[in-house]
Amino acid sequence: MLNRTTAPPIKDAIDFNLQLKPYQKFTLDNGIEVYAVDAGAEEVMQLEWVFFAGNWYEEQNMVAATTNYLLKNGTSGKTAFEVNEHFEYYGAYLNRACYNETATLSLHCLSKHTAELLPVVSEIITDAVFPEDELHLYKQNNKQRLSVSLKKSEFVAGRLIDEYVFGIDHPYGKYSSAVAYDALNRPLLQSFYSKYYQQSKYIIFIAGKLPKDIAAQLNTNFGQMTISKTAADKFHVIKPAAEKKYRIINESDGVQGSIRMGRLFPNRHHPDFTKATVLNNIFGGFFGSRLMSNIREDKGYTYGIHSYILNHQHESAWMVSTEAGRDVCEPTIQEVYKEMDILRNKPVKKDELLLVKNYMLGSTLGDLDGPFHIIGKWKNIILNGLPETYFYDAVAAIKSVSAKELQELANKYFTAADFYELVVI
Amino acid sequence: MIQFDKFTLPNGLRVLVHEDSSTPMAVVNVMYDVGARDEDPAKTGFAHLFEHLMFGGSVNIPSYDEPLQVAGGENNAYTTNDLTNYYCQLPAENIETAFWLESDRMLSLAFSKKSLEVQRKVVMEEFKEHYINKPYGDVWFKMRELVYTVHPYRWQTIGKELSHIEKATINDVKKFFFKHYCPANAILVVAGNTTTAQVKELAEKWFANIPAGEKYQRHLPTEPKQTAPRKAIVKSNVPLDALYKCWHMSDRLDDGYYAAELITDILSGGGSSRLYQSLVKEQQLFSNIDCYHFGSTDAGILTIEGKLVRGISMETADRAVELEMEKIKDTLIEEKELQKVKNKTESALAFEDMSIMNRASSLANYELLGNAGLINEELTKYHSITREDIRRYARQIFDVNNCSTLYYYAEADHAAGAGTDHPQ
Repeated sequence: MLNRTTAPPIKDAIDFNLQLKPYQKFTLDNGIEVYAVDAGAEEVMQLEWVFFAGNWYEEQNMVAATTNYLLKNGTSGKTAFEVNEHFEYYGAYLNRACYNETATLSLHCLSKHTAELLPVVSEIITDAVFPEDELHLYKQNNKQRLSVSLKKSEFVAGRLIDEYVFGIDHPYGKYSSAVAYDALNRPLLQSFYSKYYQQSKYIIFIAGKLPKDIAAQLNTNFGQMTISKTAADKFHVIKPAAEKKYRIINESDGVQGSIRMGRLFPNRHHPDFTKATVLNNIFGGFFGSRLMSNIREDKGYTYGIHSYILNHQHESAWMVSTEAGRDVCEPTIQEVYKEMDILRNKPVKKDELLLVKNYMLGSTLGDLDGPFHIIGKWKNIILNGLPETYFYDAVAAIKSVSAKELQELANKYFTAADFYELVVI
Repeated sequence: MIQFDKFTLPNGLRVLVHEDSSTPMAVVNVMYDVGARDEDPAKTGFAHLFEHLMFGGSVNIPSYDEPLQVAGGENNAYTTNDLTNYYCQLPAENIETAFWLESDRMLSLAFSKKSLEVQRKVVMEEFKEHYINKPYGDVWFKMRELVYTVHPYRWQTIGKELSHIEKATINDVKKFFFKHYCPANAILVVAGNTTTAQVKELAEKWFANIPAGEKYQRHLPTEPKQTAPRKAIVKSNVPLDALYKCWHMSDRLDDGYYAAELITDILSGGGSSRLYQSLVKEQQLFSNIDCYHFGSTDAGILTIEGKLVRGISMETADRAVELEMEKIKDTLIEEKELQKVKNKTESALAFEDMSIMNRASSLANYELLGNAGLINEELTKYHSITREDIRRYARQIFDVNNCSTLYYYAEADHAAGAGTDHPQ
């Protein structure tokens, strides 16, 4: 007779030997570095050009994001339509994204099409022209989009908590506005482009089933442009708000409140960082976390509640985020503090700690599946300037962290007085 | 080419195995042949609420999530109008944990009252978060009722209204479970670092002794052919006017489905697509516009939706969209344009196939449609579509009598206030 009440034996994930496939590295004629992971069964690949052109480097709000967005909207030889048609004809996806420190161009394509695609990427990096009419349309449509987003409590709350924690003038705290869009002009974009795309050193990450001659192809297309400098680092001062608690009515008939709570937290180089990710998982980092178990699975106040440490290079923050029923927002906040208190006052039990470690390592194992995930791990290490052994150090730290250490971390960081709290209805 | 093996247990459970030794992980995917279309019109949203209850403990195991997490696994589920799918991914060494958990909840749930009470609240918050507390969040409640007169695609998976979820009883839950959640109505797919022999052994051990249950016979009303254009008008607290247009399209297994997919790509598949180039870039009537279809099993909806540039009238915008429909109906598209959307489809399929999770759910999907082998025939079907097919299906879909139009107006006082950045 089959015994259904007892779990089958398992191998604990903490006993797994996790391996991160190493990258290959080569340097183009002009000094640009390429990191490559050649793996995978499908004939597809991903290429990413990472520029140090995030909003960290801009002199005026939205200049970095706008420059990045309009990169593919025209070169001196091609209209925006022609650029798009070229990539789309080959079934390729050319995307761009602007972050705080970096801004990227990324290409997903079938490996067989690189010879047709790379020259046009090169054209975009060296010869984007930012046509006036494209900028006009961008401003008009983004202001419209913003007006819709501002009706969403979660959008408004996400902006405001960043402003409170980092200050409205800090790259991590500032955000878009109709005024900022209106103040944009073509010369601003051209000068930012020239300084941070055309002249500065960037990094290339490639992964997937790589063509045999990929190094030569990259060298032809990207190794010949003149790179005159490396972006000088800039210094920004954090100016957190003096007031810690906010209650805002954005839509008077709203049926839910967007709750955000957050405090400053050090970056990945700090010795507490990896161990804090374990504490974060226990607290609110996954479906089985204490916040989820209590506030969703026991009380039904929300569809989901999460805590996370922001993915920032310089200075991070520890955040809690949820949308809860309008009449249960205050009890939800009280429960969050209550869960912090419990973690400060009582060591995590052995079973729960093992569960969280197994979950984290099992999910890390899943994250190593496929070339795009592997290069993503390396990119994080390289861009953050972390040691090559970071992945293994982090795995070791997760395996070894004790309940006592977690309690110490909770006492250090889960101090209610340090948290900003915000509800936007 | 996706390789797979298939066998059926004596109780009717269909099992598919996709071996891939390049990953250290395994995926266990269980798809049930029940979706929102199988609901009682007075108790909508139930299939989805039920999906939540599948995590509230089964007959022999008090918690589903914890043992899976201990085994290093992650899981989730989703409900559509057509089906309900549960999947988990875990280190392949611990694959038996997933068999143990999935088989027990197929055998029977714990039917905990507390779980029902809590999940009712959770789903009501989900309803609020996605459909009430969002500008334009109510569009598809109205649009589906306009497009469908009798078919249960009239409502969304979240349900018609909060009160339906509020009123669900434990008795409803039990009836639903025993009607739909049995081996005869389920498909198990196992993918990743495993073998067919191992899956056979584990499936027999854990699933074979679950009673077969009764095969659910679906008798849904067929939506009658639409014979005149339909129109509705909404005014709401939103910042911008928006236009929505829907047309009936073919069911999932019809050739017309593949043509409709390519038509949506021609119209709005990227920065060089027709609607974007003409209506956003050249004429500047819309700040954004999209064309897509719902991918549903029964005859579905192809839709175009866009937000109007301030100052443009709804009638002007609507006429401009219709003109684009006339073009694709009248003029054969260029070979190059057709090739472009076929190439896009080819690469989209290749990227989709990268993860074992996607491969597993695709296999289950095609098996539910009648034949898992279809997974390897898709590309050929897209490639066989001609320029003439596109014109023929465009004429069929974009028939004026096949169209439902919704004018979604911003209430004047709200439109004027938009653009403020600092909420007070």
